[in-house]
Amino acid sequence: MLKWLEKNLPKIVMAPAVGLIGWFVYGFVLWTLYISFTNSKILPKYELWGVGQYVKLWGSRKWLIAVDNLLIFTALFLIFCVVIGIILAIFLDQKIRAEGVLRTIYLYPMALSFIVTGTAWKWILNPTLGIQKMFIDWGFENFTFDWLVNREMAIYTIVIAGVWQSAGFVMALFLAGLRSVEDEIVKAAKIDGANLFTVYWKILLPMMRPVFFTSFVILVHISIKSYDLIVALTQGGPGISTTMPALYMTQTAFHKSQVGLSAASAMMMFMAVAAVIIPYLYSELRRENAR
Amino acid sequence: MQDKIHSSYKQLEQKSKYTNMFLRWFLYFVLVIFALYFIFPLYVMVVTSLKTMEEIRQGTLLTWPSGLNFDSWLVAWGGRGYGAGDTFLKPYFWNSIKMVVPAVFFSTFIGAMAGYVLTKWRFKGDKWVFLFLLFGCFIPYQAILLPMARTLGVLGISNSVIGLVLVHTVYGIPFTTLFFRNFYVSIPSELVKAARIDGAGFFKIFFKILLPVSTPIIVVTIIWQFTQIWNDFLFGSTFSFGEAAPIQVALNNMVLSSTSVKEYNVDMASAIIAGIPTLIVYVLAGKYFIRGLTSGAVKG
Repeated sequence: MLKWLEKNLPKIVMAPAVGLIGWFVYGFVLWTLYISFTNSKILPKYELWGVGQYVKLWGSRKWLIAVDNLLIFTALFLIFCVVIGIILAIFLDQKIRAEGVLRTIYLYPMALSFIVTGTAWKWILNPTLGIQKMFIDWGFENFTFDWLVNREMAIYTIVIAGVWQSAGFVMALFLAGLRSVEDEIVKAAKIDGANLFTVYWKILLPMMRPVFFTSFVILVHISIKSYDLIVALTQGGPGISTTMPALYMTQTAFHKSQVGLSAASAMMMFMAVAAVIIPYLYSELRRENAR
Repeated sequence: MQDKIHSSYKQLEQKSKYTNMFLRWFLYFVLVIFALYFIFPLYVMVVTSLKTMEEIRQGTLLTWPSGLNFDSWLVAWGGRGYGAGDTFLKPYFWNSIKMVVPAVFFSTFIGAMAGYVLTKWRFKGDKWVFLFLLFGCFIPYQAILLPMARTLGVLGISNSVIGLVLVHTVYGIPFTTLFFRNFYVSIPSELVKAARIDGAGFFKIFFKILLPVSTPIIVVTIIWQFTQIWNDFLFGSTFSFGEAAPIQVALNNMVLSSTSVKEYNVDMASAIIAGIPTLIVYVLAGKYFIRGLTSGAVKG
């Protein structure tokens, strides 16, 4: 008995982690999947009902708006975060004075919650006392900036706040990537007469392929899950114009008590994340095995 | 002839010196502009929290406050002292502390053990077990909210700090395992093998060999978990309300509550109070924070 215990001790120690994740992640996802095929309302029902919830979901105007918003948000969020992140990383890489201070400033939003920063942005962007008033007081009397309360434009305020929060993080990833490149490569290129722009554009950035890939995966992942920021900034409004899938899911489940429908929307989110993550994990694992 | 070449070379050098200088200035200009963009909301938060409502209506976002007036901070922290409808952050701040400390401890401990086994006591299929755990970093939590709400209800710990400790411990495990596993992989296994030959057991090896060198990764993990759990809103707002809510939920409720007059100064003071613990950790231990971010940053 004692011998068996000793031999299997590592596995026994490992068991809580595996058990908890098995139950609370995989078991729960399967439960949600099952519920999405039932006609559950306030309480879960266990008779199968087919794909009715999915049909209902994709016929719902609110869900379509949520998906639309997600696509807009993801595209802009990705582009701006990556462009700003790369510019900052390359510029910081030029033996800048006070690099540490600047880096700290670019990255501090990552330490704050979306609720905290959302509260700040909501105040800055509100038309009566925020930026709009600032410009009017400065003499630009016709200046308007009412995106936050404008149906068409409100989604872009979420982009502004989201990029502000996450661009520094992309910078950190790229800076780490650039710093890991051997100096010799850059020196050799310079001796061959390449200027700094060519060195980055033709040599260093192409070498950053894995960093691009990682940033892409993480940013898409953040944007699919974005919830707090929207709650803090717009609560999905004005109207339902800034609803996103994560918000749709919780509202459908906990305010409208449509458990089956919200499970279907959760599964759609799950599949979207899986479509991005599984190739990523696969490639990471292959890279590790190749080492 | 020689002179001519020399002087044109001089000219060229001079020219490139000017372009270089121009480029440097441009570089700093862009970096400072971005720094201002990033610092702007924090600046606005701080100055707004120090103003009176009268000052806010008269000035602009950037106007300097007339003095160091911490009244809104006191209101945000301790309320105005009258009964109903007076929400303030103090009790929720303690809720968050009571939630964060055990959740960080348990998830870090479980992750350390898992990382240790996965690297130093390898077994058949351990790679798959790691992948199995790793996937938990990425799942959108919406896919587990409904069953989690039911489970907490069945266990009788819904709307309680204990429930949130459980939730954060469980969903922190994939991250903590990832951190410790990647750290222990780089520690030579020869040490462990030698100790095993000498007859040292599982726990002895962990406490005598691995734990003493684990300080950096423990710091990274604790900071990461602390920041994530402190800043969480999704779990907090789904599984708790009223008195058991953590600070982020309370902050959101305070800001949204539509009393007659919106007090932006109190809102901003509340936001700062809710953000200050993680901000302090970031400023004091930024290096470890960034290491956590770049090695395990998959959470939103």
